[in-house]
Amino acid sequence: MKPTDISSPDYFHKVIDCQWACPAHTPVPEYIRLIAAGRYADAYMVNWHSNVFPGVLGRTCDRPCEPACRRGRVEEEPVAICRLKRVAADNKGEVSGRMPPIPQQKNGKRIACVGAGPASLTVARDLAPLGYEVHVFDEQAKAGGFIRQQIPRFRLPEEVIDEECGYILDRGGVVSHQNRRVDSLKALLAEGYDAVFVGSGAPRGRELDVPGRREAAANIHLGIDWLASVSFGHVKSIGKRVIVLGGGNTAMDCCRSARRLGGEDVKVVVRSGFEEMKASPWEKEDAMNEGIPILNYLVPKEVLHDNGRLRGMVFEKVAAQYDAKGRRSLVPTGEPDVTIECDDVLVAIGQENAFPWIERDAGIEFDRWGLPKLDADTLQSTLPNVFFGGDAAFGPKNIIWAVAHGHQAAVSIDLFCRGEDVRNRPPPDVTLASQKMGIHEWAYDNAISLDLRYKVPHLPAEKALRDITAEVELGYDREVAYLETQRCLNCDVQTVFTAKLCIECDACVDICPTDCITFTENGEEDDLRTRLKAPAVNLYQDLYVQDGLKTGRVMVKDEDVCLHCGMCAERCPTGAWDMQKFLLETAKPKAHACHSR
Amino acid sequence: MSYLPKPKLHHPKLPTNAIGLTRRDYEGAISTLCAGCGHDSISAAIIQACFNLSIPPHRVAKLSGIGCSSKTPTYFLGAAHGFNSVHGRMPSVLTGAYLANRDLIYLGVSGDGDSASIGFGQFAHSIRRGVNMTYIVENNGVYGLTKGQFSATSDLGSVAKKGAVNTDQPIDLAAIAVQLGATFVARSFSGDKEQLVPLIEAALLHEGAAFLDVISPCVAFNNHPGSTKSYDYVREHNEALNRLDVMVPRETITASYRPGEVTEVTQHDGSVLRLRKLRTEHDPTNRASAMHHILERRAAGEIVTGLIYVEPEPTALHAHLGTVPQPLNALGDAELCPGVDALEKINAALR
Repeated sequence: MKPTDISSPDYFHKVIDCQWACPAHTPVPEYIRLIAAGRYADAYMVNWHSNVFPGVLGRTCDRPCEPACRRGRVEEEPVAICRLKRVAADNKGEVSGRMPPIPQQKNGKRIACVGAGPASLTVARDLAPLGYEVHVFDEQAKAGGFIRQQIPRFRLPEEVIDEECGYILDRGGVVSHQNRRVDSLKALLAEGYDAVFVGSGAPRGRELDVPGRREAAANIHLGIDWLASVSFGHVKSIGKRVIVLGGGNTAMDCCRSARRLGGEDVKVVVRSGFEEMKASPWEKEDAMNEGIPILNYLVPKEVLHDNGRLRGMVFEKVAAQYDAKGRRSLVPTGEPDVTIECDDVLVAIGQENAFPWIERDAGIEFDRWGLPKLDADTLQSTLPNVFFGGDAAFGPKNIIWAVAHGHQAAVSIDLFCRGEDVRNRPPPDVTLASQKMGIHEWAYDNAISLDLRYKVPHLPAEKALRDITAEVELGYDREVAYLETQRCLNCDVQTVFTAKLCIECDACVDICPTDCITFTENGEEDDLRTRLKAPAVNLYQDLYVQDGLKTGRVMVKDEDVCLHCGMCAERCPTGAWDMQKFLLETAKPKAHACHSR
Repeated sequence: MSYLPKPKLHHPKLPTNAIGLTRRDYEGAISTLCAGCGHDSISAAIIQACFNLSIPPHRVAKLSGIGCSSKTPTYFLGAAHGFNSVHGRMPSVLTGAYLANRDLIYLGVSGDGDSASIGFGQFAHSIRRGVNMTYIVENNGVYGLTKGQFSATSDLGSVAKKGAVNTDQPIDLAAIAVQLGATFVARSFSGDKEQLVPLIEAALLHEGAAFLDVISPCVAFNNHPGSTKSYDYVREHNEALNRLDVMVPRETITASYRPGEVTEVTQHDGSVLRLRKLRTEHDPTNRASAMHHILERRAAGEIVTGLIYVEPEPTALHAHLGTVPQPLNALGDAELCPGVDALEKINAALR
């Protein structure tokens, strides 16, 4: 193998599994250390620069970081990254003074954002400090989009939404146009904006297409629309017996909301198996803890009604079958159909994009799935001054992806407005700094906690189910949060090897608790992976290879289960190993106005 | 030196041996020796060897004297018995323990100061008596604990860290062990675990006095140009006689070699030592020629490593003395203290 090029920002970034997995590349270990130090406001700001909505995401994020967390590979469960983020938000105090000022002197460029969801608000957050005048249009009375309309209050209190939207909308530079639906892209373009960002989400719930659907329409509701009506207080009750169709997080929000609005017998019914459901495992768990059964392998067949009065639904029993290529199909088992009686049905079987307001001759091309044709890196559409992001870009994803798109689009819009090539992306901001303070002292806490993951306390179910605005998760207190922070392995503190200092004494090999380090003859990667002190079977994780040793061997380190405990560096007599903190911040628009340092 | 203990978390695929233990179960406390000390590598090799042989740690007695090397038993086999004796007195304490309980596996760990200077006589007599033990000398050629004076194994002409040149002849412990009648003698290097681990395994299986001289560079005081026990010098001058594979009786032997390449020595316990010869002129089962060979190669400036001599059918001290087969702690009061009549009989026999 060729020696690893550690000067490429991607190499060490990938070692920080959580940050690499986060679409917005939040420097997770960095803020976890700040929480441990009681520096909650600093921790909040590290988050705010990267993901814009720490308080919201600390409660609602899909947490791609946690399945990626290295702790989950050396112990039972990953660090509770998401819930620690909330601790920073809960304890931060006053932070508005730390945010970049909005200049009085504008740069003369006007940007329109369609929709006031997380993607658009991120664009506004990134561009306003540079002197842009950002206009945000939204058909609802309040900003937030998906965050405000579709996430129930018992998961996300309204004050948190108000606060974090306020940091963007109320500090100047951004003009809110709430209650104003954009009906025509052409008309919007005619208003002379320098660029338009479309962050209008995936606003249409997928329809249920079975006999009886139309006749019983009065008691069959599309999940996302129903959740929005609940959020805005238009819907205050539901029937006693409720069927929720669908296996995603929206379905989980629907069933738990229904449980709080009078639903006593609420069931979730999914076509697939329980394991394949799209909902996050913890959301399924929360629903089941509230007495909501999840019935799987049932495909909706018919809606039963008496002259339009909903009576129940009929489902066909199916089983999963896999073909040679591993593709799944659901095949009827031939067992008798299942009938479930109900008073209301909530349909949460998916969302679709819809752009009825974009004229087909406006210059924006769409693909055959009805999505705009975009450059994946710049998010620029076929109309050069129109950019897309969030669910509007590539179909329904989640909040953290919307934020990531917002940053990407803001960089593009800034380049575009300055007349530069939008494909010429600025590199990330990277620092690598030794943590050595003494022979066995480091600037980070390198002791490895053996604690298992701490549970977040919940409001007792009987209280939680009485009030739809009562937040169920209570969050960690500071003491438990500290203990949870200590589970973080500090994967951003990298093991950096300097071959010319090495005397090949084997001290690092002997001390490494997870057998990561091997000195051996070089070879091809496939061969090398089998010859290490512990076989490197996780192909997703890189091997760190360095040559230039006196014996002609190479140092090979399997990054997979390194605890970043620094023992190799402590036991190294010559300083050939050093622990160096790698801090990467993704590129933000010019001048780095929203930069944390 | 590290203040923190080695983290308990381990590789998720860490293998277990025949008695269900992982290699990590054979560790001890974290080392307080200087970072990079060769002794720590030897500790790691002992851990690996005991793991490979599936030795129950509580069946091992590890004994040592005084010095950096003699601290190391704390750093491996935390669940074994241990005795940290007076300087140079490990061999006699080990001999006593062995006489009292022949069922334990005896591992003596010593250094060049402990065995070649203050304990030289003790070393010699434990070897010539044929105590069933594995005697490892962690040989760095220097008094590391007292800041780097030459030890009795320092080579003539080797240079100390501050420039002094050694004018005394060195003691070659391995050569002396061959001469004293050790039934297993090997030399190795802390920086070559591929060679060292099988040698320790073979020594542990050997039912007689097994002596291992392991060159172990002192990073703090004897790892500079001019030293003959530095990592660089030993790597340059290391001439391995053979490569050893140890096969315990239950393993099937599958590898095949051309005739003449390999010598197989079946030990008394049934284990097979398979030597891949690197020097055809060396016969490891002939004491006189082994002696001749290491002296000759030393004169040529080489450091000879590998299995130097082995007697496949050794006899040990208990057999020479005709002692009872049971350990003393397994005997009842009546056997241990047979009474006045028995004493009278013995006394009468000596009159």
